[in-house]
Amino acid sequence: MQKTSLYQKHVDLGAKMVPFAGFEMPVYYSNIREEHLAVRNGAGMFDVSHMGEFILKGKGALDLVQAISSNDASVMKIGDAQYTCIPNDDGGIVDDMIVYRLDEDKCSDGEKAFMLVVNASNIKKDWDWISSKNTFECTMTDISDHSGLLAVQGPQAVRLLQTLTQVDLTNVAFYKFTKGTIAGIENVLISGTGYTGSGGLELYVHNSNLEKLWDAIIAIDGITPVGLGARDTLRLEMGYCLYGNDIDDTTSPIEAGLSWITKLKKTADFSSKSIFKAQKKRGYQQKLVGFKVDDRRVPRQGYPIFDEDMNLIGKVTSGTSSPSLEVPIGMGYVNKALAKSGSKIKIQAGKKVLKAEVCKTPFVNTDS
Amino acid sequence: MNIPDNLKYSKEHEWVRVEEGNIAYIGVTDFAQSELGELVYVEIDTIGETIAKDEVFGTVEAVKTTSELFMPLTAKVLEFNPALDESDGDNPGLINEDPYNEGWIVKVEIQDVAELESLMDAAAYGELTA
Repeated sequence: MQKTSLYQKHVDLGAKMVPFAGFEMPVYYSNIREEHLAVRNGAGMFDVSHMGEFILKGKGALDLVQAISSNDASVMKIGDAQYTCIPNDDGGIVDDMIVYRLDEDKCSDGEKAFMLVVNASNIKKDWDWISSKNTFECTMTDISDHSGLLAVQGPQAVRLLQTLTQVDLTNVAFYKFTKGTIAGIENVLISGTGYTGSGGLELYVHNSNLEKLWDAIIAIDGITPVGLGARDTLRLEMGYCLYGNDIDDTTSPIEAGLSWITKLKKTADFSSKSIFKAQKKRGYQQKLVGFKVDDRRVPRQGYPIFDEDMNLIGKVTSGTSSPSLEVPIGMGYVNKALAKSGSKIKIQAGKKVLKAEVCKTPFVNTDS
Repeated sequence: MNIPDNLKYSKEHEWVRVEEGNIAYIGVTDFAQSELGELVYVEIDTIGETIAKDEVFGTVEAVKTTSELFMPLTAKVLEFNPALDESDGDNPGLINEDPYNEGWIVKVEIQDVAELESLMDAAAYGELTA
């Protein structure tokens, strides 16, 4: 089992540590609900250093990104970040990721540089997949082992972090990034991204500086340490997909509601492009939807979903008790006829059948 | 981890407190509530039923997980703690705050007192969760 360089910090803070994607990670420090609400109403910090980072550099770097990514990286400028997925050849998803177009300070003429940030559980699979597609003039480097990542999230996150830096953080727009000095640490990649829907930043640093950065941020009054438990409830309230739950090797980005990052009109070819085109043309068979449960029982991954006449129509991919709404919510695949908001569905929880209603996501409206 | 001496324990992390004769209270242990995390709902749909040892008598929902409750010994369910019941106190967090007292889950009538012998004492349960 791997540990991030903050392992001892988490233990000292009283975190409950659990195995996650091959790492010992904090699931919560106090409890999930309090940490969740701290992020929704104030600010919280997550250690997400288990995430994987690859650097792609060379004259063919853009070509490689374009070949593996469903989104269109050709429109990215230096300082842009872009959410996308890596389709496989069978219409499924190898992983979802964020692509950063890096500066070209260390590049020769004509070279470009990108950083791909991928899920911890998929680092090896992604590396092998991307390598297999690398027929371009592009060098790949896996920097996961020495990259630290802190997500500082919440409506107060930017204001509170500002006390540690001369960089004007209000200028780091959504899905933009810059580099600068924070808490005396140079060259922090400051990214306007996150997985909570409550605003904030993500900070990439070399592992050797991770403890120093964590200590400086956690010392700020108003920033709570937050574990992966609340990370999951926060993302689910926003209807964000989690790889391994809502999307995987067998799910289509079109059916998962990720058409907005599947650019079928982009010039470059990418895996499964023709499959996705056909799906879009003839219409999908099933769709990932959000639903609210009219019961106190909580839907969980794998529970079957039925229509009102108890015909099996799909399964739950994610579920929780929403800390913000105080009702059970979930996501799952249903057939097209029942994908509309307001459709009545039923969910089997053990021996009990729960009533639920398909609803729009995000479940929660945040200001950011 | 708090493991009171005066209770009996099951391997499924329930405790039994015998009140008088064959009347007992059942709840989940401090270890169990800590593993489950913050509880949001307790469902007991077996009131009035006699539940065999190791059979399910209810369900607890935490934010992160769902867990069934297993009867530590054959017993008839007499009462569901009103402080937890959604139609009454509706405060499942009591199980987290005070698992052995305010957070008791059901009051039961034990069918065969000899079955108590099959449960663990505090020392044995302490070893199980060490």
